[in-house]
Amino acid sequence: MSTLLSSAARTASPRSALGLLVAIIAVMALMPTFLPTYHVSVLTQILIFGVFAMSIDILAGYAGRTSLGHGAIFGTATYVVLYTVTQYGLPLWAAIIISVLAATVLAAIFAALAIRTTGVYFLLLTLALGMIVWGICLRWSVVTGGENGIRGDIRPVEIGDALSFYYVTLVCTVVLTFAMWRFIRSPFGLTLSGIRDSAGRMRSLGYDVSLHLFLGFVMSGFFAGLAGALYALFNNFVSPSTVALTQSVTGLLMAIVGGVGTLFGALIGSFVMITLENFVSYYTQRWPTVLGLVFIFTMIFAPAGVLGTIRALRSRRRG
Amino acid sequence: MNLFQVLNGVTFAALLFIVASGFTLIFGLLRIVNLAHGALYLLGGYFGYSIASWSGSFAIGIAGAMAGIAIFGLLLEGGLLRFVRGHELRQVLLTVGVAFVINDMALVVWGGDSFTVPIPDFLMGAVQIGPVFYPKYRVFVFGAGVLVFVLLWLLMNKTRLGVMIRAGVDDAEMVEACGINIRKIYLWTFLLGAALAGLGGVIGGAFLSLYPSADAEILVFSLAVVIIGGRGSLPGAAIGALLVGLLNSIGQVMFPELAYFVIFGPMAALLAFRPLGLFGKTA
Repeated sequence: MSTLLSSAARTASPRSALGLLVAIIAVMALMPTFLPTYHVSVLTQILIFGVFAMSIDILAGYAGRTSLGHGAIFGTATYVVLYTVTQYGLPLWAAIIISVLAATVLAAIFAALAIRTTGVYFLLLTLALGMIVWGICLRWSVVTGGENGIRGDIRPVEIGDALSFYYVTLVCTVVLTFAMWRFIRSPFGLTLSGIRDSAGRMRSLGYDVSLHLFLGFVMSGFFAGLAGALYALFNNFVSPSTVALTQSVTGLLMAIVGGVGTLFGALIGSFVMITLENFVSYYTQRWPTVLGLVFIFTMIFAPAGVLGTIRALRSRRRG
Repeated sequence: MNLFQVLNGVTFAALLFIVASGFTLIFGLLRIVNLAHGALYLLGGYFGYSIASWSGSFAIGIAGAMAGIAIFGLLLEGGLLRFVRGHELRQVLLTVGVAFVINDMALVVWGGDSFTVPIPDFLMGAVQIGPVFYPKYRVFVFGAGVLVFVLLWLLMNKTRLGVMIRAGVDDAEMVEACGINIRKIYLWTFLLGAALAGLGGVIGGAFLSLYPSADAEILVFSLAVVIIGGRGSLPGAAIGALLVGLLNSIGQVMFPELAYFVIFGPMAALLAFRPLGLFGKTA
């Protein structure tokens, strides 16, 4: 039914993964000492979108439901942060809490409608729901500023420079990654994986499939909202393109390029895609074409993604 | 809500039907959610605009756009989708990539300005319908929608190809077992669906105008139509189109800024009871 894009083995030994993660964190923490400011902000962007892509992978990889509406959830948090701070002068912490709440509520609405469907229908429905949010952001210009969006210098002075904000983002990313990893390893997360593999069997074992999917979607939306709030601080600007289909699609592509159902792969995917975007944009304005081509080639040649392929090769060698 | 707005809703519904019927045909038989359908619509509109401006004939514009988009459909189905056959999600995501490429290339060729497909003189001006004067062109759009419905209905119910398509929607494997080359039918259906998107692009491009995000707008409307009507059902697409067209009119009159939201309410309510749409069958 909803057999996921990745058929690769999903179990890596947690200890080696954790060891690798510590090494990666150390490298990430040292990176800015070698890089100019511009590249530090690219790294920041990679981390934020990595969190976003991981939130998509929670659903796509562990619940077997591929969403094309997560850009809207992510962008709603961005909109709410910028709107509440610039319009009502809310303190930043309050704005962030409200924005993540708003994103979570939106995710709950999406979930309530979408969990009854599977496979392509799920994709279609989340796509349509996400596009409705995009339409509202575009047209409801009194609140959202229409095409012009909302601009506001909302980042506090203490983390105003690129370097300190990078470290804030890095800490957030590590904490959130750990939280998501715990989530998918928890009994709840394992139940979700069970539902992905066979909803009927889980139902007959007495699990409430709809409730699990609903809560899984809401949790995924919660993490997407946190990424969106971080993005508001990073960008100080939001426009309809932040909630557009391209956003959902880019996030999903990051998860796929890294390897669906590998969680950490999403960070790799984010690194690959954002580096590629920066590289391509340096030479040509045709980034959407390149993005589209990456999509086509990934789907035809490497649907399991980077980590998925590595894991498949490793398990083949072992077996 | 006056007669003028009702007529606007109905004529918009006719356009939606033309576009969504192509979408639902492909979705129904090939199980492919072609998210490049909106991009094909827009590209068809641009083709129609260029050909009609160059030749001075609206009819040639329509024919050229339909043929051009059908060729695109051929390339898409025969050149790309065949590599991911049988993998639903990979197919969908591949068409997303195709949509990006088509839109970006269209931006290179036609730029970001908005265009309106030139219409022939006899379709300009207005006719009197009851108490209101209504644009002739929109009446023509309604006629085109009805004509497409009738032709598709005849095709599906009175021809051999239609029988095979309907059989394929229900059980493609059985059709193959009967010795019919289902691949060929897939290809024809895909061409037909793509050509309908091209037709929609020219017809819509003459009264909604063509601009870079027009594809996303028509796509979300088509999705709503197909979600409401159900996969692969022509009557479903017709009813869905009418519903969405009228709701969109009501929305634009009553809550201009939240018009999108108004098509969403009924869709959500319907899905709560019929997740597969009004006429949807389980896959």
